[in-house]
Parts: sequence; structure tokens; C-alpha cells
Amino acid sequence: MSNVLVCLKRVPDSSGEVLLTPDGQGVDGRYVGFTISNHELCAVELAVQIAAATGGQASVLTLGPAEAADQLRSALSLGCTAATHVVADPTGFGPGDVSVEIAAVVRDHEAAGRAHDLVLLGNDAADSGDFQVGIRLAYALDRPVAAGVSHCEVVDDVALGRGEGPVGQDTYELPLPAVLTVLEGGVEPRYPTVSGRMKAKRVQIEERSPAHVERRGPQRVALTLPPPVPNQVQILGQGPAAADAVRQVLVDLGVAR
Amino acid sequence: MATVPTSARVVVIGAGIVGNSLVWHLARLGWRDIVQIDKGPLPNPGGSTGHASNFIFPVDHSREITDLTMDSVAQYQEMGVFTQSGGLEIARTEERMEELRRRMSSARTWGIESELVTPEQVVEKVPFLEADQIVGAFWTPSVGVVDSLRAGTIMRERALAEGALTVVPNVEVVGLDVEDGPGGRRVTRIRTTGGDIEAETVVIACGVWSPRIARMAGAAIPLTPAVHQMISVGPCPQLAETAGEISFPIVRDMDTFCYERQHGADMEVGSYAHRPILWDPEDIPSIEQAKLSPTEMPFTEADFDPQLEQAFELMPDLLGADGAEIRYAINGLLSLTPDGWPVLGETPEVRGLWSAAAVWIKEGPGVGRAVAERMTHGHSEIDISHSDIARFHSHQRTRAHVRARTSEAFNKTYGIVHPGEQYESDRGQRLPPMHAQQVEQGAVFFEAAGWERPFWYESNAGLVDEYGDRVMPREHEWDARWWSPIINAEHLRMRETAGIVDLSAFAIFDVVGPGALEAVQTACVAQCDVGIGRVVYTPVLDAAGGFVSDLTVMRLANDRFRVVTGGAHGMVDRKWFADLAARTGTTAVVDLTSAYTTIGIWGPRARDVLSSLTAADMSHEAFAFGTCREIELDSMSVLASRISYVGELGWELYMPIEQGARLWSMLHGAGSERGAIPAGIGVYGTTGRIEKGYRAFGAELDAERSIVEAGMARPKVKGHDFVGRDAYLKQRDADPATVLCTLTVDDHTSASGIKRYMLGGEPILTRDGGELIDDHGDRPYVTSAGSAPSLGKHVLLAYLPPAQAALGTELAVSYMEELYPVTIGSIDATPLFDPDNDRIRS
Repeated sequence: MSNVLVCLKRVPDSSGEVLLTPDGQGVDGRYVGFTISNHELCAVELAVQIAAATGGQASVLTLGPAEAADQLRSALSLGCTAATHVVADPTGFGPGDVSVEIAAVVRDHEAAGRAHDLVLLGNDAADSGDFQVGIRLAYALDRPVAAGVSHCEVVDDVALGRGEGPVGQDTYELPLPAVLTVLEGGVEPRYPTVSGRMKAKRVQIEERSPAHVERRGPQRVALTLPPPVPNQVQILGQGPAAADAVRQVLVDLGVAR
Repeated sequence: MATVPTSARVVVIGAGIVGNSLVWHLARLGWRDIVQIDKGPLPNPGGSTGHASNFIFPVDHSREITDLTMDSVAQYQEMGVFTQSGGLEIARTEERMEELRRRMSSARTWGIESELVTPEQVVEKVPFLEADQIVGAFWTPSVGVVDSLRAGTIMRERALAEGALTVVPNVEVVGLDVEDGPGGRRVTRIRTTGGDIEAETVVIACGVWSPRIARMAGAAIPLTPAVHQMISVGPCPQLAETAGEISFPIVRDMDTFCYERQHGADMEVGSYAHRPILWDPEDIPSIEQAKLSPTEMPFTEADFDPQLEQAFELMPDLLGADGAEIRYAINGLLSLTPDGWPVLGETPEVRGLWSAAAVWIKEGPGVGRAVAERMTHGHSEIDISHSDIARFHSHQRTRAHVRARTSEAFNKTYGIVHPGEQYESDRGQRLPPMHAQQVEQGAVFFEAAGWERPFWYESNAGLVDEYGDRVMPREHEWDARWWSPIINAEHLRMRETAGIVDLSAFAIFDVVGPGALEAVQTACVAQCDVGIGRVVYTPVLDAAGGFVSDLTVMRLANDRFRVVTGGAHGMVDRKWFADLAARTGTTAVVDLTSAYTTIGIWGPRARDVLSSLTAADMSHEAFAFGTCREIELDSMSVLASRISYVGELGWELYMPIEQGARLWSMLHGAGSERGAIPAGIGVYGTTGRIEKGYRAFGAELDAERSIVEAGMARPKVKGHDFVGRDAYLKQRDADPATVLCTLTVDDHTSASGIKRYMLGGEPILTRDGGELIDDHGDRPYVTSAGSAPSLGKHVLLAYLPPAQAALGTELAVSYMEELYPVTIGSIDATPLFDPDNDRIRS
């Protein structure tokens, strides 16, 4: 039985043109809305699969504003069954601060008899690009960590993580309790079901305040945007005359012969 | 891809369902050199058409909307993009069942096949619904879905094939140039990211972006982008095996304000139940910034959760099926207006700048045709006067008003809305000078064009006991909602003594200048080349001979005419006269609505009351009916006009607005000794009017009715030309296709024993319930209904087939699916009360 904790961050959806907030400290989600990053959606999917396979429980955690409860509910509607919300304005938290807060939750849950033997995080934050929280969390909890896995299963108190390495596929065996950071691409995140969404609504979210007052902060000067990528659109033609060109593109992509 | 031309006969901005329909109908009507641009790509540029659920329920309580919908369905069918599915509007409550019975009235009136069905019949058609959640349903077999994007493409291609159209996608409007000229500002040029286009006619068909574009020219299109949430759940095994896009009827779950519509293997669930979520047109993202499209905003799950539960109650097996996931969820933007009607026609601010906005998929092609006809001929086959952009008063164009009213109305999209229902938000906009006194008099205020108008006065409640059953009390809550027996008591007292009526909501404008007579004569059917001091009641027609308005004109000087018309339609009338005045080049239309207030006093004692306040000779001989003049009331100079809309001796009194409160007090001071009372608009607009058979614009009179059909033809037609004269002469020579009749209800007793009182809109049938059809092919319905307390009857007005239009013909009215016997009491303008008009001329 494996009890998995997935850590999420409320981030702007980055599928449209990315806009920065005026102070350059964050991404403006006005038009695109807020979501869970693809890495973390895959982590949720892995957690739900592991919990189902081992008869355990998948829990979810976030540190963020009151609105971040939306992302917790989303994860709950996908099969997680418990949620913890460290309610705080995340702009004052650096990766070190966040990992300390997550560690506090993990320890408190363990003390309360709800130990998380596996903690999954996204490989990196979709808005700020930090790659640090997972590693720092493992250090704080004194647990082994593997970064950038895209598959994971738990067999006999060992987490087996797999991911693409520089020269082939890397496989990690980590004795539990452990920490993994997840890269998208290994599993297909599910969509919520209507009944999942209805169940999610009924879950009581555990709300906490940050355990520590002292923070180092993000120490970020400002985010900048890369220069706009020139339009790569190539007009293949118009009407039936373009059919051959379209076919050739599909063949080149390997989706048609 | 075409590039932006440097000039065009007309530019249509927008390639959604409306813009595409417009370019086709303009081309069909002979327009050439049409340019259509859109900032997005084709065929789905990213507006509301692209994410519409695309289904059509034809039955609406409004004739205008139903006609536009039926015309659109015919066009979609002709293009081969309509799939009939049938549709169910489900009631979960008895209150809703009553509303569905009312819907049956509308279906019968518009000739659309529909029936009320049992929960068992519902489940027979849609097996995955839970019968125990359902009380009953309204079944319409002709409901269907359309491919609105394909329809748009077809219509564009047809216009292209005619050689009439140039289409340029991916080009954004950055400015609209206007220039001052005779008769006001007009549009001259449209500036785009692809270059400038010289054009004297520009149509804004930009949906949620329309206000932003109109503002570039200094015009207003009062609508707001508003969120309509929709999710798509699938694949559902119950749907996966069916062929095509849709094989089950569409379900409207009316009491939860939701719909469920099959789309292939998915079930789309849409909601009008969530909190109103309004956007500012300036804040809609660009195509690049948007995640999906600019009008498919990020889904806010928490807003939808309650609807999810309700939808699940109705179809648990389907929405809870294994593998069925929420695959798509959006906060889709659509356009809402403060009064719920589309915004169509030439803007009153800028000549040549047209609006075709706030239109749903179900009305798109019909609106395209109607607006194109108006651009071509000045009128359209389907009357779209409720949707005229000129209707808005200045406060109604403000962002705050639009937000307030759309927020209030959003959850009424599937609501049960009483015909008399009043808005609660943004009230108190326009207060007449005697408002404080009216509050003390216990006035119950209804709104007209932003004015707070007393509908009745609680201070008259004592009269109800005095008159007893003569006030025709109503037992049923629905019949008595937004109504009071005090109205009928005020009516009876007015006919005995006098009623003092606040008419501040009138729109008043002067036509002034050397060409004033020419302009007024051209606008009006009645002879207006009359002596100074004459008052003329006149229809105003369009070129096809349909009613544009009816109003009164006072000749105040050789070159000055004062036009007085209803507040609701007053701004449209003002534009109509201003356009005609502009043609003379020497005449102006000056709006005096906020300069004058109007008080009416009518009844047998009206002369006594006024005579006690003035030295002027108010006798019948000295102050004839249909005349006006200045009189002195104490130290006030008041324009008195002897006319009546309630069939009594009396006058309308016009005075500067700052003196209105004083005159109100003076009239009540002198009036109370003589038994006069304040009387509300319930008397003026309904009971007094209907006893006299007076027609009202928007009820009996509209652009699809003629003077002859309305029974308002005078013996002679004036020699001077006027708009609609040729058509009117033809109408006079032909037999009417329908005849406006006055009917009385013979027995009000329903099956339950409760007496019922019709409110308007009900179908008129043969005595045994058979269908009637007039020579237009239309079914008769009640255009106005109201108490006639002096007659002790409930009176209905309706256009009837000529064959039935005979005194004493016995017919029936269907109300809430029960028949009540009615008898024709008048087949022309002859009033039921005081048919010789002795009272007015006393």
C-alpha cells in the first residue's frame, strides 16, 4: 500500500501568448486562466495509478492563494482523495521556502498517522521555471530523490522510476520513503469525470498557514520574455489544389502513408 | 488571399454567422463591391459563432424573434446544414408546467407544431433521462441543429460567385473615420491593418467586439460580452453507437437553466444558471493571447459545479458512464443587451454606420436578410422594430446600465418571465418633477424608457371597496401579478370625476425650420398642413405601408411642429424625423423631452378643475377638440392640448419641467374638491384605451400591419406625398387580408372553477378550438388584453380572418391550454364604450 502525495502549483495556462505581470515577477493569467502544469498533471496520473495498484491513497498539496483551491479540486476530480492547502501568497516564497513548507506538511501528516511514503512533484514550475523544490524537499526530509522521471510504479516498498536520459532510458530504484520529480510524456493524464467532479466538491480540504515566518524569497530580479518567434506558418495552397501538399506534410510527419 | 481594396460600396466587418448572412443577402439584393473583413482566419475567425452550440428551438413568446428564427431555419434548410432532432423543454415543477402551457399558446399562435408530453413520453424519446425528475415537457419536433460555420462559408461563396464580394481575413479594424456633413456625421473611411478603405456604408457585425468598433466612430452598440458555460462529456456509450452528429432530441432542463445536447459521442451541457460573468469588450484577448479562441475563455469550474449535479440527476447513467470524461469545458462569450433584443440598424450617431449585433445562431440568417433589406429598401419583410439600434435612450447606452440589466436578466434566459415583469436594477434613472409627491401618494412605479411612472396609486386603495366587484378582481396569482384592482377603481373614478395622469415619459421633439412643413408632411399620413394650434393624430408609415409609429403633431408656428410620441419608441421616431428633416437641408429636429413635462387630466370634471385655475375659456366651443394653445394657470404658462387616449373630455398640459411639481400640486388642490384622483398608467395605457379600442404601437400597430387592416383608414388621403403613400393607396383598393377586431370574454371560468383573465399573446380559435388563419397565412392572437371596468368586461384586441370579422361572431381564446368563449364586439375602430365619442366632445 503506497500513500502518494502530489505537490501542485497554480500556474497560468501557457498555451496562448505569454504575458508578464507589470512588475515582471510573474505570468499574467487574465486571458488564459489558471491550471495545473502538464508535468504535474502527469504526476497526478501516476499517483492515482500507484494508489489504485497498491490499494493506497493519492493526496494532493499546494501552496498558494485561496483560488488555488480550484487546482486542488481539479486534482481531486481526477482521483486524488485528500487535499492540503497551505494558504499563502506564493510571490514571497522562493523554492527553498516552498520545500520547507512541504516538508512541514509531510512531517505533520506522518505524526498524525498519515505518512506519505512517496512524494511526487513536477520537474519544474511552469511559470517561474524553478527546478529546485523537489531536490530541496528530499534534502529537507532526508529522502532519496530522482529527477525527471516520466514513469513510476511501486513494488515491494521500492519506487521504480523511469525516464529519458542523455544516452537512453534511465531506471531508478528508490527505497521508500522517496521523492520523485515528474516530466510529462510518460502517461496520458485523464480528464475529470462528472462523478469525479461531484466527489471532489465534497472533499474537505485541509487548510493550513505557512509553518515558517522567515523566508528567503524568490530572489528573482525579473522575468523577461524571449524575442517573439517569427511566424512559421506556411500556406500550402487553397482549396482542392492544396490536397497533395497537405498529404505530403502528413506523410512527412509519419501519420499517413 | 485577397488584399484590402482602397474603396468599397459597403464594408461588412465580421465573418461570423451575421456578417456572412449579410454579405450574401446584400449580394442577392443587387449590391456589388462589397468588402468583408475579419481579424481572424476563415472559416472560424474566433468569435461566438465558432463555439456556439448551434441548436434551434423555434418557439419564443415574441413574434419578431420567432419570425427571424423561422426564416433562419428555412435558410439553413435550403443550404442543407440543418439536422432535425426534435427538442424537449422539461419541467421539474408545476410552476414550470404552467409556463409550458403558456408556451403552447405561443406555439399555436405562431403555427409551430408542439405538444405537452408526459414523463413516460419523454423517456421514450430520450431513454437515459430519469423520469422521476420530470413533471412533464414541451415537445417540439422541428427543433434541430445547424452547422453555422458551414452555412457562413456557403453564403460567402454564393456572394463571391455573384462577383459581388471581396473577402479579406486576418485584417483588423484600427479606426473608423467620420466627417461632419449636412444632417450630421457620416462614416467615410475604415482603417485596417491591411490598409484604408473608402466607404460610405459600414456594417458592424462583430458580435462581442461590436461596442469597441462602434466607439471608434463615436457610436454606441450597447451590449456586453457575457460568459455562457458549456462542457462536453464523453465518450458516452449510449451515444457512441448512434449515427451522425445527433440522434436524440435536445433537452432543455428549464428549471435548472441548463441544456443537454448530443454532439456525436459526447453530451454537451450548457448553463444559464451560474452567476453573471461579464467581460469588457476592451479586455477580450487577442487571437495570439487566447488559449483556444478569443471567445472561449478559461472555464471556471466552481461556477459550474451546481449544474453538474443537476444534470447528473437528470441523466446519471449517461453522464456517469464508464469512460465518459469532461473533455472540453469553456466559458464561452456571447453578446447580451440591456433589454434582451438584438441591436440592428443604422446608428443614430453616425450615418452610414450600421449595426448587426447581439444575434444568436437561431436568428443569424434571418437577421442578415432583414438588415440587408433595410439597407436596400429602408424596410424589411420581417418587422425588426424591437431590435432597432435607435431605440436606446442615452442612459441605456452606458456601460453601467448594460452591466446592471444584463446581470439581472442573465439567469432569466430560461426563466419564467411574466409579461408585466419589471427590472429591479438601475431604476430611478429618470424622475419626473412630481416624483416626490407621487411617492407620498403611494405610487407603484413601473419603468418606461428609464422613467419611473406610477402604474397605480395605493392612496386610491379605498376605492376598491367602494366599487366592489366592479373592479373585476382576479383570483389567480399569475393573472394578478404586476396588476392591481386599484387600476380598475381609478378607471371608474376617472369616468365619474377626473383622473390626473403623469405623462412625463413622452418623447417630445420639435421639427423646426423652413422645411419643417415639408418634413412633417412627408413623415405623416394625416394632413399636417393645418392651422397653427391644431393637433393631429397620425400614423407614420414605411415605404411598404407598414407602421413605423403613431403619434401626435402640434403645429405651433408656420415653421415649428411639436411631435409627441411614446417614450419606449421615441428615440426611433426622433431618428426617423431627423433623417427626413436632414433631406430638406434647412430643418432641425430638437429633442425637448427633458425640457417639458406632461400632465393629463381627463374625465367629466376636467373642465371644471382647469377652469377653476385659469381665466382662459375652456368651453367646448372656445377650446375645440384637436386644438392646442397656451393658457395661464396662475403664474404659469402652460401649453394645453385637447386630445384624449382614454375617451374622456380633457387636456394634456405641457409645461417647463421645473414647474411640473407645482402644476401637479395645483391640479390636485383644485381637483380633490371635485373628486379628481391621480390615475396611473394602468388606466391610461390599458383600461381607458381598450374600452375605446385605441390601438397601441408595438401591440396592434407594427410594420407588418396596415392602416386598412387596423381599421384606421380615413375617408380621404391627403394630396401631399408621404412615405408609404403609394403602398397605402394600394392597400385601400384591396380587401384587407386581416381585420383588427375587439372581442369580449363571455365566460372566465376555468375547469378548476377559478376565473382566469388573459394578459395578451393568446391564440384566438373557433368556438370549439379549431384553427383560424387569415389571408396573410397568420394565426390570430391577442395583441392587447385588459379590463374594461365601465363595461364590466375583459376585452381583447386581435387581427382576425376577414371571414370571421363580423359583429357577434362567437370564437374562443386559448389560455393556459383551456378554451374560453369570446364574442366580437367591434370590427373597426368603433369603441365598445361611448361609441359616438360623446364624452370626448362634451
